[in-house]
Amino acid sequence: MIQQPTNTAGGATSLPAPPSAGSVTLTINGVQRHMQLAPWTTLLDALREYADLTGTKKGCDHGQCGSCTVLVNGKRINSCLTLAVMQEGNEITTIEGLGQPESLSPLQQAFIDHDAFQCGYCTPGQICSAQGLLNEGRAHTEDEIRELMSGNICRCGAYVGILAAVKEVVDKQSEIVK
Amino acid sequence: MSQLITTPRLVEAGTSNTSHIGKPTSRVEGPAKVTGTAKYSAEFNVPDMLYGYVVTSPITKGRITKINTEPVLALAGVVQIFSHENVPSLAWFDRSYKDDVAPGGSPFRPLHDNEIKFNMQPVALVVAETFEVARYAASVLEIEYAEDKFDTNIDLKRDEGHEPGSGKTGFMPPPPPRGNPNDALKNATHRIEGEYIHGAQHHNPMEMFATTVEYHPDGKITAYDKTQGVYNVQQYITKIFGLSKDQARVVNHYMGGGFGSGLRPQYQVFLAVLAALELKQSVRVSLTRQQMFSFGHRPHTLQYLKMGTNPDGTLAALHHHALHETSRFEEYTENVVNWSGMLYQCENVKLGYQVAELDVYTPLDMRAPGAATGSFGLEVAMDEMAYAAGIDPLDFRIRNYAEQDQNMKKPFSSKKLRECYHEGATRFGWDKRTPEPRSMREGNQLIGWGMAGGVWDASMQKAAAKATFTADGKLLVQSAAGENGTGTYTIMTQIAAETLGLPIEAVTFELGDTNMPEAPVQGGSWTAASVGSAVKNVCTDIGEKLLKLAQKMEGSPLKGASIDDVHFADGQIRLSANPSEAVVVRDILAASGEEKLEAETSAMPNLIKQQPYSMHSHNAVFAEVRVDEDLGTVHVTRVVNAVAAGRILNTKTARSQVLGSVVWGISMALMEETVMDHTFGRYMNHNYAEYHIPVNADIHDIDVIFVEEEDDKVNPLGVKGIGEVGMLGVAAAITNAVYHATGKRVRELPIYMDKLL
Ligand code: FES
Ligand code: FES
Repeated sequence: MIQQPTNTAGGATSLPAPPSAGSVTLTINGVQRHMQLAPWTTLLDALREYADLTGTKKGCDHGQCGSCTVLVNGKRINSCLTLAVMQEGNEITTIEGLGQPESLSPLQQAFIDHDAFQCGYCTPGQICSAQGLLNEGRAHTEDEIRELMSGNICRCGAYVGILAAVKEVVDKQSEIVK
Repeated sequence: MSQLITTPRLVEAGTSNTSHIGKPTSRVEGPAKVTGTAKYSAEFNVPDMLYGYVVTSPITKGRITKINTEPVLALAGVVQIFSHENVPSLAWFDRSYKDDVAPGGSPFRPLHDNEIKFNMQPVALVVAETFEVARYAASVLEIEYAEDKFDTNIDLKRDEGHEPGSGKTGFMPPPPPRGNPNDALKNATHRIEGEYIHGAQHHNPMEMFATTVEYHPDGKITAYDKTQGVYNVQQYITKIFGLSKDQARVVNHYMGGGFGSGLRPQYQVFLAVLAALELKQSVRVSLTRQQMFSFGHRPHTLQYLKMGTNPDGTLAALHHHALHETSRFEEYTENVVNWSGMLYQCENVKLGYQVAELDVYTPLDMRAPGAATGSFGLEVAMDEMAYAAGIDPLDFRIRNYAEQDQNMKKPFSSKKLRECYHEGATRFGWDKRTPEPRSMREGNQLIGWGMAGGVWDASMQKAAAKATFTADGKLLVQSAAGENGTGTYTIMTQIAAETLGLPIEAVTFELGDTNMPEAPVQGGSWTAASVGSAVKNVCTDIGEKLLKLAQKMEGSPLKGASIDDVHFADGQIRLSANPSEAVVVRDILAASGEEKLEAETSAMPNLIKQQPYSMHSHNAVFAEVRVDEDLGTVHVTRVVNAVAAGRILNTKTARSQVLGSVVWGISMALMEETVMDHTFGRYMNHNYAEYHIPVNADIHDIDVIFVEEEDDKVNPLGVKGIGEVGMLGVAAAITNAVYHATGKRVRELPIYMDKLL
């Protein structure tokens, strides 16, 4: 058996060269970052490997787990499924932009209070996703929150805590709206 | 210099603001985790770092005949390709590759030779300047293989199982048969028998395995590695690469889930260290989610159970046999059937356990190894037996309650399983259950209630810790333990703070670094007992030093007191007989002129005290399912899990451990399975989309009860550990509930809807 790339089958001797890097400007947590990135670099890798913002996690790299969730113009997306160059001009918010240990966001505090995590690896994605959910304003009941938070896997199984934390913040927000 | 002794506030003995053990203290590392500042192994962005990407074998057995590296090495940004062709000569003997928890046999050596022993075996590491180039280069590396025939199907090996040798640490061969199991079964009033099966399952922690090796200018390395045991990894890499301990530091401050997958050093640490040493440069190797299915799993297991009852509903006979897969090169073992000889009272018991070799990677302990499997078989069979004998399943278990461990012929150090049954049943409302299958429904939803339970070892290992108390009143405690979501940071902080009567904020606990005193691998539910005892001991040592210094203070009310005469609370050392006689701890160092006090010590199990007893934790699980009559879809709408695990150090983090265990049990019952295509010998659903695990919408009400259980024999803290016991019985309770709902007895997990239609 030969393990080989499909486009070189038949023993081509030279392989297509990797694309070269160019300058890309991303607005991350309100700060403009000028970076040298190749077009094939995902937003997730740009954050973790080039911007040293490792709060955004990689759990699959295939859009299957939600660990890499960030907010782009307030909407939650899987950052492993978008290329960094596609996000020029957009407002990117990562977990680091939502709050810091000394100044936690209401969701971050609620996650601690309800012990909505164990290992913490899915947590930044869960919190960004929950923030996106709040921005969408369409989840009110427990069932709606469960359903709309189901793009974020937690292998530790902290779902009961996640639900309680998100519900608390959702409820507080709707009180303010009232 | 004389120091004024402040008159302390009067407090009642026994209460203080610094009694932390048992409180629902929020995770001390919480702020780091919710803000993304907690750093995991692939997140140490050290300067001048290269990226390694692993190439894995598409064949299951055979040889590599050719690796065409040239065109790949010519690509811009590619630095090197490591394979068996250019690996330097490393340690030769098997023992150098054996880690602390390796099973018997000859451990797999990455890139050792051209031989392929299992599908997705790592065959090359491509190192490049960026992650993207490494990934691309790995995808275009051409490798030729010669394939051999292979076997990956345990179903075809039913007659080729054999009893394993001594196995790995903690393995207990089943006890010899007791009584007269064959005749007793023949003469039983009611009998059942059946085969219980689950496929391979993979741990799949959220964080993928990764190692960042920082190469220092003096040739030393620091490996930030995803592992449940930094010392285990250190001894592994130092032996293989011929390094001294001070040349190789291993660090893991946070682990994004382990569940057993990080007990053994995995191949990415070998590859990252190899590349860093060869290239004299820092290197990171991260595995992909697909590659997370290439290094160990809960083995595909076939169990056969036979049971019979006497006219009074007591067990007349119990037979339990298990067979599971192992690799050709290592003999993996777990305790699957032993639990069946101790959970219920039965005079006639026959237990059997075999393994069969296949062309797969060696299985690996996965949450409640052995017991999760065994309790599924045993507890579904118990439900069948109860039905056959016409007895309520809970009543049946209580009738057969084991007052002593019949395997070991020893009393239990403590056992509150009866209380688990009662409290769990009451909370669940079990008495409202109608026993007939299909007798409870709402519209087209068939409702089923089922129950089960389990038993797990309460064990303790040797562990060490170090403490430093400084003049500013702060305490630093360190031990090379692990934190993979279990709450280690928090419970150790609680123990340390309580032992010295300090507020939580005054204590910092650090872990996961071979520069710290040694702790055992994080597994077996023994961390709380082992590291906890070491932390308590080292803080007591600091306490003794503080007491001595306090006694030197002018007018000290503590003169002549021994450590047993005093206690530490609210920042003071108090005479227990008269708590108003006290010294403020913070003043002691100032008075003595010392800047800090240090202590280092270890804790070991007291074998003499433990020897007469069988030490275990127990649980009872009650589950409600709703099954759509037309579609066969199953929803677990309610679970009550009552656990007796000794003293609970932190009710918040312990509850989360049990909640997570229930999610794991639901997953095992309804979703999880790694499917092997035996034509290729390859797992086919090796990704997060097709390896099904629960999402938020799958999880509903889960209620956790901690039954009070005091145990002064297991260890000085009285803890039994909580990481595994909560998972036991969950899959069985759900399977039993599905039977109650539908009348269909499923004996093979997971219960997909096709099994109910
Ligand atoms: S890493 Fe992006 S969805 Fe998993
Ligand atoms: S907290 Fe570990 S995966 Fe969610």
